[in-house]
Formats: sequence, C-alpha cells, structure tokens
Amino acid sequence: MCSTCGCGGEDGSTRVTLVDGHTHDHTHDHDHAHDHPHDHGTRTVLLEQDILAKNDLLAAATRHRLTEHAITAINLMSSPGSGKTTLLERTITDLDGRRETLVIEGDQETWLDAQRIRSTGSKVVQINTGAGCHLDAQMLDRGLAELAPPDGSLVFVENVGNLVCPALFDLGEAARVVIISVTEGADKPAKYPYMFRTADLVLLNKIDLLPYVDFDVDLCLELIHRVKPDVELLPVSATRGDGLDAWHDWLANRSSAAAPRSEYPRRG
Amino acid sequence: MPGGPPSVGKVHELAITESIVDAIVEKIGDGPVAAVRLEIGRLSGVVTDSIRFCFEIVAGGTGLEGARLDIDEPSGRAYCRNCRLEFTLDDPIMLCDCGSADLDVLAGRELRIISVEVR
Ligand SMILES: Nc1nc2c(ncn2[C@@H]2O[C@H](COP(=O)(O)OP(=O)(O)OP(=O)(O)O)[C@@H](O)[C@H]2O)c(=O)[nH]1
Ligand SMILES: [Mg+2]
Ligand SMILES: [Zn+2]
Ligand SMILES: [Zn+2]
Repeated sequence: MCSTCGCGGEDGSTRVTLVDGHTHDHTHDHDHAHDHPHDHGTRTVLLEQDILAKNDLLAAATRHRLTEHAITAINLMSSPGSGKTTLLERTITDLDGRRETLVIEGDQETWLDAQRIRSTGSKVVQINTGAGCHLDAQMLDRGLAELAPPDGSLVFVENVGNLVCPALFDLGEAARVVIISVTEGADKPAKYPYMFRTADLVLLNKIDLLPYVDFDVDLCLELIHRVKPDVELLPVSATRGDGLDAWHDWLANRSSAAAPRSEYPRRG
Repeated sequence: MPGGPPSVGKVHELAITESIVDAIVEKIGDGPVAAVRLEIGRLSGVVTDSIRFCFEIVAGGTGLEGARLDIDEPSGRAYCRNCRLEFTLDDPIMLCDCGSADLDVLAGRELRIISVEVR
C-alpha cells in the first residue's frame, strides 16, 4: 500500500464488528418487555463506513497514479449548455500541440461532443452514462484505461451537464472547474451551493453576451464567494476569446511538475 | 436548497442508494436484513426522502428488500474563523451571523452506513 495516500490497499476504511445476537444497540435497563420483536432473532453488524468509500478510494488511487505520471486531469462541470465543449475546442486549438491534450467526454446518450473534440485532432474517449447523470471514479478509471494518456499530458474530463450530482463524486482529478454562463441566472451559486463549494476554479462564460442579457455579475461573484470564499474566478468568453490567457495561465500552474516515469498502465 | 418531492430524477440519490446497497451486500452477503441505519448530515447535499424512495426500488430482489431504514440526520456545525464562534447551521449557504463565510464545517456532511440488523 502507498504510504502517501493509502491507495492500493484493501478496503481500509471499513470496520466490521459482529455484535452477539443478544446484545442490543441500546441499553438494556429500560422497562419494556424483553421479547421486543425487532431485537431478537437479529444481530447488529456495525459497518461504520462512508457511503462513498469505494468511490473515494478508487479516486485516491487514480489521483496518485496520475500524479506519478505527471498527468493533469481537469474535471469540467456545468449546467447543460454553459460552454464546456466549446471551451475545450478552443483550448485545444489555442494550445496547438504545445502540450498533448486528451479528452474524456461524459454524456448520457450521445457522441456529439466527442465528435466535436475529435475534429480538433485530440484523442477522445466517450463515456455514455445512460440514466446516470454524473461520472464516478470507476467511469474515469475505465475511461483513462481506454485513453492511455502519455506522461505529462493534460486530460480534460467533460462531466455530464448537471450542477447537482457531480458535486458528490470525486473522480481523482487534479482540479475541479465549474462553468456558469451569463445566460443562466446569477443566483445559480446559491441554488447549487454543493457544486460551487467543490470548485477550485469558477469560469464565468459567455461574457461577450453581457450587453444583451440581464445578468448581475457582482451578485453572482458575491454568491460564489459566499459559498466558497477562497475559490478562483475568471470571466471568459469561449467563443470570442476574452479571458482565455488567464485560463491558460491557470492551467499551466495546475500542471504537475513531477517528472514522468513510465507509461500509463493500460488495461483490458 | 435541496428539497421538493422525492423523485428518481434526482439521480445522485439513486447512485448513493446503489452504493449503500452494494456496500452492505458486499460486507454481509445476501442474508436477509431487517434494518439499515444511516447517517446523512444536513449539509451533505443528499435528500433523505429521495434515499427512502430509491431504497425501495434498489433493495428489491436483494437481501435488503423490505428492510427498515433508520436515518440519523446530524445538524450542521461550523466554526467561524472571523469571530471564533461555533454554531449550528442547516442552510447549505453557510454564513455566520457576523457575515463571514470563512467557516470550518465541523459536522453535517456525514454520508455513512452505521450498521445493519441481520436476521
Ligand atoms: N455567445 C457565446 N456563446 C457560447 C460561448 N460558449 C459557448 N457558447 C454557445 O453555447 C452553446 C452550448 O455550448 P456547449 O459548448 O455545447 O455547452 P456544453 O456545456 O458543452 O453543453 P452540454 O455538453 O450539452 O452540457 C453553443 O451554442 C455554443 O456556441 C461563449 O463564450 N459565448
Ligand atoms: Mg458538451
Ligand atoms: Zn447523478
Ligand atoms: Zn462569525
């Protein structure tokens, strides 16, 4: 087992304790009849484990492996249509091969976004989640095995468009980016605080449209800060290009400096 | 604020419920379970009514079918670094009375399986 993050070990967070059949989880000196029906014939098994323990363990293992290979994975999350795919297309084009960039596309049913990414020349793996409205650590793990990103590369993960579910699932990414666009309500951060609280960076997209929409930027920024005081914020336009230098700087700072070692393990 | 009527549309509760059932079956096998005790904090972002709704569906056909769900919902507790006070809060927009949002959350984010009663 790795001593840094605990990955690779067995299910270490779980404790299984068998409590004898006549032991109750409440004290026994109360006055109700001893043949209390729910107590007898059952025994209590203490599990005391996080519901998401399995996901979080796998995410930790993924994070550790990615770090070892100097691969930077960025989890992009937003409501449907905030501009995740557009930002990715533009970012890949801007990088122009200076850093190998690969994409994992999470989508409930379609391959459309993956095809858009494909036409930029980037390698892309599609994960169709079907009814599931978020990616989890296992899906990313499988996606990475398929993608086989080279050492030192940048991997963008476009999560399913949804501001609720992805908040709960750690994928093992290096950073979480939440995009909100000015065509949405400025009160989104107040309505989806869980999501904004997990963000390392919030991009306020489509600022080219500000003259045409009624969007209170100050209110939005204030709400974001209220939910997550130390989050970084960048206003951008993925189509017109505003703010993208700052986005590229942020990405460069996020990129792991660790020296690449060996090839990313490919499975299956 | 999370809330509203429970529905399978809130699919993260479905995924959470599946994680619960999977984890329990993995630990104790297929034996019949009479009750499950969970701890779902009020700041966890998970709606307990939806969990109950999903549980009936997800538990069907497993040893957990028909099991009673006991859910403890611990309140949120936070420490304000500005005024150095500890206080309870159940609102996901976390703000101290002093106006500061610079808080350490001490409790309320729990998402845990505590125990099961096995028949
Ligand atoms: N004006 C303007 N339009 C934008 C901008 N970014 C994206 N769009 C448009 O917004 C629409 C949705 O963009 P997408 O990139 O497909 O959004 P998405 O977040 O990937 O959407 P889903 O994958 O469906 O969740 C498209 O019509 C884009 O052209 C921007 O900065 N300005
Ligand atoms: Mg998209
Ligand atoms: Zn979901
Ligand atoms: Zn305070």
